[in-house]
Amino acid sequence: MPDFAVFTENLGKFFGGFQAVKNLNLAVEYGEIFGFLGANGAGKTTAIRMLCGLLMPSSGSGAVAGFDIFKQGEKIKRHIGYMSQKFSLYEDLTIEENIEFYGGVYGLARPQLLAKRQDLLQDLGLSQQASTLTHDLPLGYKQRLALGCALLHDPKIVFLDEPTGGVDPEARRNFWNLIHAMAEQGKTVFVTTHYMDEAEYCNRVSIMYQGEIIALDRPEALKKQYGQTSMQDVFIHLVDR
Amino acid sequence: MSHRILPIIRKEFIHIRRDFRTLIIIFALPIFMLFMFGYAINLELQHIALTVVDDNNSPDSRALIRAFSGSKHFNISVYDGKVSEVGSLFHQRAAMAVLLIPHDFAEELGAHQKTSVQLLIDGSDSNTAQLISNYANAVLQNFNADRGVTLPFDVSLAIEYNPALKSTYFFVPGLVALILMMISALLTSVAIAREKETGTMEQILVSPLRPAEIILGKVIPYIVMAFLDGLLILLVAHFWFEVPLRGSAWLMLGGALLYIFVALSLGLLISTLAQNQQVAMMVALIASMLPTLMLSGFIFPVNSMPFLLQLISKIVPATYFLKIIRGVMLKGNTFEHIRLMFAALAAMGLFFTFVSTKRFKMTL
Ligand SMILES: Nc1ncnc2c1ncn2[C@@H]1O[C@H](COP(=O)(O)OP(=O)(O)OP(=O)(O)O)[C@@H](O)[C@H]1O
Ligand SMILES: [Mg+2]
Repeated sequence: MPDFAVFTENLGKFFGGFQAVKNLNLAVEYGEIFGFLGANGAGKTTAIRMLCGLLMPSSGSGAVAGFDIFKQGEKIKRHIGYMSQKFSLYEDLTIEENIEFYGGVYGLARPQLLAKRQDLLQDLGLSQQASTLTHDLPLGYKQRLALGCALLHDPKIVFLDEPTGGVDPEARRNFWNLIHAMAEQGKTVFVTTHYMDEAEYCNRVSIMYQGEIIALDRPEALKKQYGQTSMQDVFIHLVDR
Repeated sequence: MSHRILPIIRKEFIHIRRDFRTLIIIFALPIFMLFMFGYAINLELQHIALTVVDDNNSPDSRALIRAFSGSKHFNISVYDGKVSEVGSLFHQRAAMAVLLIPHDFAEELGAHQKTSVQLLIDGSDSNTAQLISNYANAVLQNFNADRGVTLPFDVSLAIEYNPALKSTYFFVPGLVALILMMISALLTSVAIAREKETGTMEQILVSPLRPAEIILGKVIPYIVMAFLDGLLILLVAHFWFEVPLRGSAWLMLGGALLYIFVALSLGLLISTLAQNQQVAMMVALIASMLPTLMLSGFIFPVNSMPFLLQLISKIVPATYFLKIIRGVMLKGNTFEHIRLMFAALAAMGLFFTFVSTKRFKMTL
C-alpha cells in the first residue's frame, strides 16, 4: 500500500438499509490540506468517523497513517487529532482544566503537559483567564481552544469536522491561519466545511453528494474544468445539475 | 487499566462539585428524606383530641375518663352541649374522637361487670382512625385489668424486632436502597448521556482510552459518592434515630457494595438506551426509581401485592437488598440466612453488565 496519510478503497457504510457512504476512494498526501465538502447529510461526518475508528465501516478498506482502519484502530488513535462537529469541550470546566483533561487522556507526562498548557494559553492570549469557565468564552475562542486540545499530543494527521461552523468571518480567518500553520509544520489536515470560500484555502478538495464523491481536485483545476470563477459556483453547478 | 483513567475520575468529580442539582441529590436529599421519614411521617400518634360526653357522672365514669387522660395518646376535653350535635365537633375539627358514656354506665357495671361505651372516631383518614381505635382499646383493656376483670383470653400483640413500632426502623433500610439506586443508576446514566449529547463522549472515544476504561473512570466517582452516602444515612440512622444494628456491619456494607454494583450496571444499561439526558432521566425513573419505591417492599409489603406485581418485584434489585439490610440491621441475620439474596443480586449485576457492555460499543 502506498504511503498516504489517508487512503481508502471503496469504503462504504450502511445504516440499516440506508447507504450513507458509497465507494469512497481517497488518497491524501502527508502535509496536505484536504477539503472535504458536501451538502448537509452528504455523509462527511460518517466518513470521518470511520477513518477515526469511531464507526466500523460496512465495506471496502482503508488506512490512516499507514494503519488499517479495520484492525489497527488503537494505533491510529495515537496518531490522529479529531475535532467533532458537535462541541467537544466541557463547559463546566475551566480553560486550564479542559487542557489538563485532554492532555491526561492522551497520557502526556506532567512536565510536558504543563509546558503545552502554557504555550496554548499564550497562543490564545488567554493566560490571564486560565481559570475562567469555558462556558463563558466567546465561540471563536472555544473553537480555537478545542483545536488546541485536539493537538496536545502532537498528532500527524488532524481531522476537523466543520471547525468553523457558526463563527464570524474574522474568527474563521484566524482559524484558517492556524490550519495553515499546522500544514507548514508538516501535519496533514482533513477538514470539512460548508463555507465555499474556505475551500479556496485547501490544497485539494473533494465534493461529496449523497454518499459519493462527485469531484476531486485542486480548487483551480475544478474551477477551470467546470468553467466557474469561484468554488461556490463549482459547487452549485455540480450539485444542481 | 491505566493511569489515563485518573483524568476522567478527576474531571467527573469536578462535574459533581459544580452541578448544583447533583449536589442536592447526593447530599441534601438523603438527609432531608431521613428527617422527613424520621419525624414528620411518624406513625405514632400523640395528643389525639378526645371529647368526652359523660352522661353518667359517677366515680366509675370519672375513673374511665382518668384512664384516658393518663394515656399520652389522648388530650381530653369535656363536652356539655347536646348529644345530638356531637357530629359538629368533627366538622369543626375540634375533636378526632368522641367518647360517649351512657347514663347507666355505673349501674350496669356494678350489676353485670359488663357494659358498653360508645367511641365515635373521625374516619376521614382511615389510618389515623385505625390507630385511634387501637389506642382506645389498649386504654380500655388496662381499665378492665385494674378493676380485676379478666377477659376470657389474653389479647397480646407482639411486634417482633420493632416493639415500639418505630417508623424509622422501616424507612431507613428503604431509604438507603432508594438513595443508592438514585446515585448509581440515575446520576450515572444521566452523566453518560450528557457526554453523548454534548459530543464530548466522541472526543474521548477517539483517544487511545478503551471504552472500558472510560466507563470505569466515569463510574468510580459515583461508586465512591454512593457508598459514602449510604454510610452517612446509616450513621445518622444509628446514632441519631437509634435504629439498631444487630448483625455485622461488614456484612451490611458488603451487601451495600454489591447493590451499588447492580444499580450501576443498570445505570449503564440505561445509558446505552438513551441518547440524551431527558430520556436517560425518564428511563431511570421508570426502570429503577419507581420499582425501588413501589415494588420492593419499601412501602408496600410484597406479600400483599397482586400476583403479577409480586413476580415483577422478583426482578427489582431493591427487593433483595431490603431483605439483606433489614435482616442484618433489625434481625441480626448472618450470611447464612441471606446468601440467596447475595446470589440473586450478583446474578443481576453480572447480567446487566454483560448486556450493557455488549450494547455500549454498538451505540457509540
Ligand atoms: N447513526 C446513524 N444511524 C442512521 N443514520 C445515520 C447515522 N448517522 C448518520 N446517518 C445518516 O447518514 C447520512 C449522512 O450523515 P452525515 O452526518 O455523515 O452527513 P454530513 O455530510 O456530515 O452532514 P452535515 O453537513 O449535516 O454534518 C444522513 O442522512 C444521516 O441521517
Ligand atoms: Mg457532519
